[in-house]
Amino acid sequence: MAAQVRVLRQRIRSAKSMKKITKAMELVATSRIAKAQARVEASLPYAQAITGVLTALASNARIDHPLLTPRERVRRAGVLLVTSDRGLAGGYSTNAIKTAESLIARLKADGKEPVLYVIGRKGVTFYRFRNREIAASWTGFSEQPSFADAREVGETLIKAFSAGADDVEGKAGADGILGVDELHIVHTEFKSLMTQTAVAKIIGPMQVEDRPRSEGLLPAYEFEPEAEALLDALLPKYINTRIYAALIESAASESAARRRAMKSATDNAEEMIEKYTREMNSARQASITQEISEIVGGANALAASGSEV
Amino acid sequence: MAQQLHVELVAVEEKVWSGEAEMVVARTTEGELGVLPGHAPLLGQLAEPSQVRIKQVGGEQLAYDVAGGFLSVTGEGVTVLAESATPATPAR
Repeated sequence: MAAQVRVLRQRIRSAKSMKKITKAMELVATSRIAKAQARVEASLPYAQAITGVLTALASNARIDHPLLTPRERVRRAGVLLVTSDRGLAGGYSTNAIKTAESLIARLKADGKEPVLYVIGRKGVTFYRFRNREIAASWTGFSEQPSFADAREVGETLIKAFSAGADDVEGKAGADGILGVDELHIVHTEFKSLMTQTAVAKIIGPMQVEDRPRSEGLLPAYEFEPEAEALLDALLPKYINTRIYAALIESAASESAARRRAMKSATDNAEEMIEKYTREMNSARQASITQEISEIVGGANALAASGSEV
Repeated sequence: MAQQLHVELVAVEEKVWSGEAEMVVARTTEGELGVLPGHAPLLGQLAEPSQVRIKQVGGEQLAYDVAGGFLSVTGEGVTVLAESATPATPAR
């Protein structure tokens, strides 16, 4: 009996220390969400400005840039998957990987060969373990991505995309590099603190929206250098910005997912502590009752034997 | 003419500076250029590396080292888009 109480006491102790750890992680994640959201907010002015500039440019220049024209024959499609570096974030990485897998299945059904680009240790481990080929991977910045990280990723993707321009029937073209003809990105959208959804989007080639303009004619811009050269310089930057936006939104989602996971872990630990405490109390009470009944039984037996003498 | 330019200097990760100014001086790939109020709409790619100088109302001048920058002049004002912008001289 005493042994059972001791075991329970030990379990309570370990549940308590677990609770302490998960609680701390929950608090850290909470503060990271706010930081990530502030970064999303801070990146908006640039995103708006570059969209405005591109709109002005697109209505002035000929739109036949390779990044804007869909390829006739899409053989290979690049998929950029954004996952986390660390676990303990509930279904965050799993959901992103699942979405990527369904995108890959869809691409394969369309006769396209998927080429994988992975951000985050969790995604890399997933594909390594399954011996699936990864074209390129980046790790170490999933929680706090900087624009330099996004640019590195973007440059790799754009290089692959432009290398794909001269590929013929799945064979490398004149440049000797096997590129891609489409670029997709799978990242996690931050809907609210409670909801984050993994989504797949196409980022290349981009589609130009033909929207009738309400405010009449656009101002006649001067361009330095020529509009086509400007477009050449701006479009890759725009893609980098899109990737950066996806990264910081994913970082916010990751922290939110981790906060939720850690919150339920803390709640579960609390529940366990309560359950074990009750069990321990009843075990202790049972042992006391038993001891008393043993004493009483013993005394009665003594009294009975004594009266006979 | 007490006209002023509304200037915004935005980097990818944050808005660096915004406010009213008298003149913006920047160097595009074609050459140095000063933007005064009433300038014709212009889109330009900034030279690499380049410095953007903002002459504030009252004569004070701000200078920023800009990488991967673009300059957009519209009727509403001037927007400098940069991958990164750091003050070249301590502001103020």
